[in-house]
Amino acid sequence: MIKIQDVFFTYPNGVEALRGVNLEIQDGEFLAIMGQNGAGKTTLVKHINGLLKPTRGTVMVDGVDTTKVSVATLAKKVGFVFQNPDHQLFSETVEEEISFALRNFGFSESAIKERVNWALNLLDLAEYRKVSPFMLSGGERKRVALASVLAWDPKIVILDEPTIGQDSQQKERLRQFILQLNHLGKTVIIVTHDVEFVAECKSQVVLMSQGKIIAHGSAKKVLTNLEVVTQASVVLPQISQLFANLKNISFPTEVIDVNEAADILLGKLGDSQ
Amino acid sequence: MSMFNGFKFRSVNSTIHKMDPRAKFIYVCVMFAVAVMFSQLIPLLVLFIIQTPLVFVARVQKEWLRSMKGAAGFAAIIFLMNVLSLYFYGNYESLSAIIERSLALTLRFMVLIESFSVFFLTTSPDLLGLALEQSHVPYELCFAFTTAVRFVPVLAEEAQTIMDAQKARGLELEGGSFVKKIRNYIPILIPLIVNAIRRSLELAETMESRAWGATQNRTNLYVLRMGRKDLLLMLFSFIVLAVSAYVSWNVQIPNITYLLNI
Amino acid sequence: MPIIETKNLTYTYPTGTKPAFEDVTLEIDKGEFIVLTGPSGCGKTTLCRCFNGLIPHFYSGKLEGEIYVSNLKVIEHPIHELARHVGMVFQNPENQLFALSVEKDVAFGLENLGISREEMRERVDWALKMTGIYELKDRAPYELSGGQQQRVAIASVLAMQPEIIVLDEPTSFLDPVGAKNIFEVINKLNKDLGITIILVEHRLDLTSKYASRIMIMDKGRIILDGLPKEVLNSEEARLIGVGIPKVTRLYQILRNKGVPLNQIPLSAEEATKDLLEVLRI
Repeated sequence: MIKIQDVFFTYPNGVEALRGVNLEIQDGEFLAIMGQNGAGKTTLVKHINGLLKPTRGTVMVDGVDTTKVSVATLAKKVGFVFQNPDHQLFSETVEEEISFALRNFGFSESAIKERVNWALNLLDLAEYRKVSPFMLSGGERKRVALASVLAWDPKIVILDEPTIGQDSQQKERLRQFILQLNHLGKTVIIVTHDVEFVAECKSQVVLMSQGKIIAHGSAKKVLTNLEVVTQASVVLPQISQLFANLKNISFPTEVIDVNEAADILLGKLGDSQ
Repeated sequence: MSMFNGFKFRSVNSTIHKMDPRAKFIYVCVMFAVAVMFSQLIPLLVLFIIQTPLVFVARVQKEWLRSMKGAAGFAAIIFLMNVLSLYFYGNYESLSAIIERSLALTLRFMVLIESFSVFFLTTSPDLLGLALEQSHVPYELCFAFTTAVRFVPVLAEEAQTIMDAQKARGLELEGGSFVKKIRNYIPILIPLIVNAIRRSLELAETMESRAWGATQNRTNLYVLRMGRKDLLLMLFSFIVLAVSAYVSWNVQIPNITYLLNI
Repeated sequence: MPIIETKNLTYTYPTGTKPAFEDVTLEIDKGEFIVLTGPSGCGKTTLCRCFNGLIPHFYSGKLEGEIYVSNLKVIEHPIHELARHVGMVFQNPENQLFALSVEKDVAFGLENLGISREEMRERVDWALKMTGIYELKDRAPYELSGGQQQRVAIASVLAMQPEIIVLDEPTSFLDPVGAKNIFEVINKLNKDLGITIILVEHRLDLTSKYASRIMIMDKGRIILDGLPKEVLNSEEARLIGVGIPKVTRLYQILRNKGVPLNQIPLSAEEATKDLLEVLRI
């Protein structure tokens, strides 16, 4: 479990990025942290693997205070996939790239071999084993970065803006993949401002604005609440916008899914006939 | 690192900041020339002191002090080396004469640091690039200069992100043997270099798309024009230069040691 | 006379084994607002690099077929000449800003063209006001948000007064509110100034309502080209896998269950109107 208690954080240049954040993330949860650029989302998740230490307050990961251990130690439990894969890739082959973290964490050579195979298959990269990561396309490089983080099987996986620049099919594959990780029992935290993606994922949602959490609940509840959504400079999913417009004629408002929307409408249209 | 802050531009609404960089540069060159003309303590002390009011007019005292503090280390080394070499190889009479001479040479170094520091603290890279352009330095070089300054903070931030990303994969940057430390920086350097190259490519595309190279006669939105204050500064600098030249050739400057009869 | 015309255009990158796009024949008229979309790797980014001459002049490789932009044969004119007619805005806002102040950046293209200082001043101020960032003119690029930076990039292109502006996924790095603002600016340039717009985008829910035409590419070819409502409602669009707006999808589900709406909606506003009509009946 991740426990964030009363956390304040100010950057060295004086910017106060987090102003009293309280959050508990359960094991196996799937959480989306949303908000405007600059609201503090990435700053917050960087506290979970210890890259940042709170100016005030505490962050506990499975009972361990993040200020008391190194980033490398926390990283064994918390995998962090950065937004831009090109900030991570540096090896001569995809295989070596995936082995990097495993070597840092002291896995045995035979364990490394096994884990690399597992990661390559999990992300459909087996054919690129001996290829240089720099020769791959943008989408493929993203998968290599993901594979190199999942290789050591961290319990908690954080994905920072995983949908940027992705087309619909890639996003759908990503969504399926995240569900798969969740089924394996992993805690998955995504930082994103892609509302439609989160609406489809139907995860738990935290909305942030100016360094504070202003809403926390299911996607259905949070993403249909016009007030907090506006405050967080996020937009309503298109289906929710539609139902918000129809609420004056007694339509339910907590709708984010297309199929559910269709069912409700067919019901109403059947009634009026 | 803090010493370098003594040379980094700090934006202040002061007279000195608004002055033409070319005039300021002439002033710095003159100070350099004058400092080299004299090796006696008295004139160098004068040179050091007359510049200090400029620091306060520009309101950059704090940063300027940093550059002075940083230079103090080098200054101490220069002082010691001069004392030792004069003692063993020079032909001076007394120890106090040796000390005075070494102090003078150290002060020469400090005068240079002082003027360069004031120059860079009060001149924005923007205006500096513009000054270069108007001084007929080829545009490609001026552009390379201003673009580099523009992107230094961006690259610094990117380096930090890369370090974070690799630390999150278990990379330990502290501790270990010297060789290991160097090896550990490869996962930082390679992404940094690759990204810098990618960035340059994107910048090149943008430059081309904005008609780079359309004409040899490039115009400019801004223009630097020398104002009264700039001309006064240049006049003042030349007067100082002329007077110093005269004095250094024709006047016998006494040593303090001699004056105090040590 | 179309403002952009291509005939059997095919391009292969120098290191490519197969063409990035092939046999592209299209016509775009003055004042159109084209949204160009398709899955990653379909060739849309490569195609739009042909419109201002980056291909073939900046990127070597093999370009076959014909392409005319503003009555100029692209392979015969250098990029700096084409840049007067076609402006280009790229994906990453940060890598399009060189100078240390916003107005100097907006002036960059004009300086390159050797425009006089007085005219430059006028055009820079005009471009800044058109994109709504006049108050930011003395600020430094690193102080700005991504959305503001992209507006500076658009202003820099606008100042050169091109007839066509091509934008390659300009909102990739922006949050939804920032993206919406950029699309509104682009739409204003199209509707108020008559500038032809070619917008490469994935976010069809936000952009399709502005478009006069949507082109969908897949595997290097243009598969669909037509009115937004028709293209997005088609079976092919669904098979290719582009991000059809959710309300359009809703329309399709309702129609399949025997409840057709009078119009195909692309936005929540349109869907609201359509549904209210059906419910009153």
